[in-house]
Amino acid sequence: MFENIGEMVLLFWRTLLALPHAWRQRQKVFEQFFEIGNASLLMVCVLSFFIGAVIALQTGPVLVERSLSSAVGGVVGIAIAKELAPVLMAILIAGRIGSAMAAEIGSMRVYQEIDALRTMNINPIHYLVLPRLLAIAVALPMLVISSILVGWFGGAVVADTNSHMDIPFRAFYSDLQNIVVLQDVGNGVFKSFCFALIIGVVSCHQGLTTIGGPRGIGRSVTKAVVNSIVCIVIFDYVLTRFLLK
Amino acid sequence: MNPANSNQSGVGLVVRGLRKKFGGQDVLKGVSFEVKPGEIFVIMGPSGSGKSVLLKHLIGLEDADEGEILINGEKIGSPEIAAKYRMALVFQSGALLNSLTVGENVGLYLTEHKLKSPEEIEKIVLEKLEDVGLKDAVNKMPSELSGGMKKRAAIARALVIEPQLILYDEPTSELDPLSAVVIGDEILELNRRTHVTSLVVSHDRDLAFGVADRIAVIVDGVIVTIGTPDEVKKFNDPVVKKFLHADFKREK
Repeated sequence: MFENIGEMVLLFWRTLLALPHAWRQRQKVFEQFFEIGNASLLMVCVLSFFIGAVIALQTGPVLVERSLSSAVGGVVGIAIAKELAPVLMAILIAGRIGSAMAAEIGSMRVYQEIDALRTMNINPIHYLVLPRLLAIAVALPMLVISSILVGWFGGAVVADTNSHMDIPFRAFYSDLQNIVVLQDVGNGVFKSFCFALIIGVVSCHQGLTTIGGPRGIGRSVTKAVVNSIVCIVIFDYVLTRFLLK
Repeated sequence: MNPANSNQSGVGLVVRGLRKKFGGQDVLKGVSFEVKPGEIFVIMGPSGSGKSVLLKHLIGLEDADEGEILINGEKIGSPEIAAKYRMALVFQSGALLNSLTVGENVGLYLTEHKLKSPEEIEKIVLEKLEDVGLKDAVNKMPSELSGGMKKRAAIARALVIEPQLILYDEPTSELDPLSAVVIGDEILELNRRTHVTSLVVSHDRDLAFGVADRIAVIVDGVIVTIGTPDEVKKFNDPVVKKFLHADFKREK
């Protein structure tokens, strides 16, 4: 993975240079955006609800036991907004969308469709990479915002209904509001934006460098997902350090 | 491939001393030949002789280690020259974009470069598909087409560019004899109608001797002979003779 970092940075730079062509590719951006949102929204909601629920379940009884029931909303709120929603949703999207990007572009590469584009003077970065990168860069932060809201709701439901906590719905949200500030949500959304760029660049790069037949496509898909997740986890630490300052 | 260039006549092509290595293996070992404007030039040779690699160099998909390629006397490689002359490649597999319909594939060049209005593009697409006998397939997906239909659709896609030089990579491979004849006729008809310079890479002897003005035979990355079909047939070289006359020997 690390030997390709230079190529990935170059691909990202070339995609940035292609930004003036974004309006021309708007149709494809919308198609990709719909694809990402449509394919993932339900999954994001289900996953986030249970993540919120399980965080409340794990932390709530311990805090209540120590007379810290007013901290449950804040703990769940902070954990989801700053860490769990951006990272887990990015991993989910790397698996669902990053793999699809690598497979689609990889098969286009193997079956000479990208060569055909180049012979028609159509830049594959403008045609394939730019729309995908823009779509995921917008879609993932939006999915993460949904994830945060649904995750909080999941935590609130468990806090309200679990007999070990018994924290009313309204009290949970009030405690959450006291601790979580807008900047916490902003940090989570910013992280997800960075993760989206990582998934897009890593997956498109894997697709564009696919060699061999169906086995090569399979290898690219696996590498796209694994490399994306590794990069997400590493960047998560770096971004958290940076955002804590 | 300049959309504004309306000159439709064929261009001359000169290849001088082209060399290419892949992983230490010499694939092209100093290939030189010349194609006259409006000519149908066929490069024949056994599989693995470097034909497809040569085509990729001509269209700019590969860079040569040594040698030069001139179009109308101008060295290709710079964006200005690439923009000045329109070239198209018909891929061996057709290389249609599987996510687009046949019509969208054929009109892709015009759509992406925003050269015409959608109505005009639709009209041109139907016209080009009619030229290759595929008007009814405009809304079909490439996966619904036969091998021959895919190649004809790829030719239609190339025609939309109004090329001055059209390159065909194994246009009759994987086709039945009837479909191969249809493709050969398309190449001849296109050349007659537009005077486009055509360079065909093939190991199909029937196609080569049926459509070529001149033929070059390439073996192991070296051109061993160039001439008219009759001259190539008479060429006295054991490798060329073996390639041209290879046949089954079944005992009666």
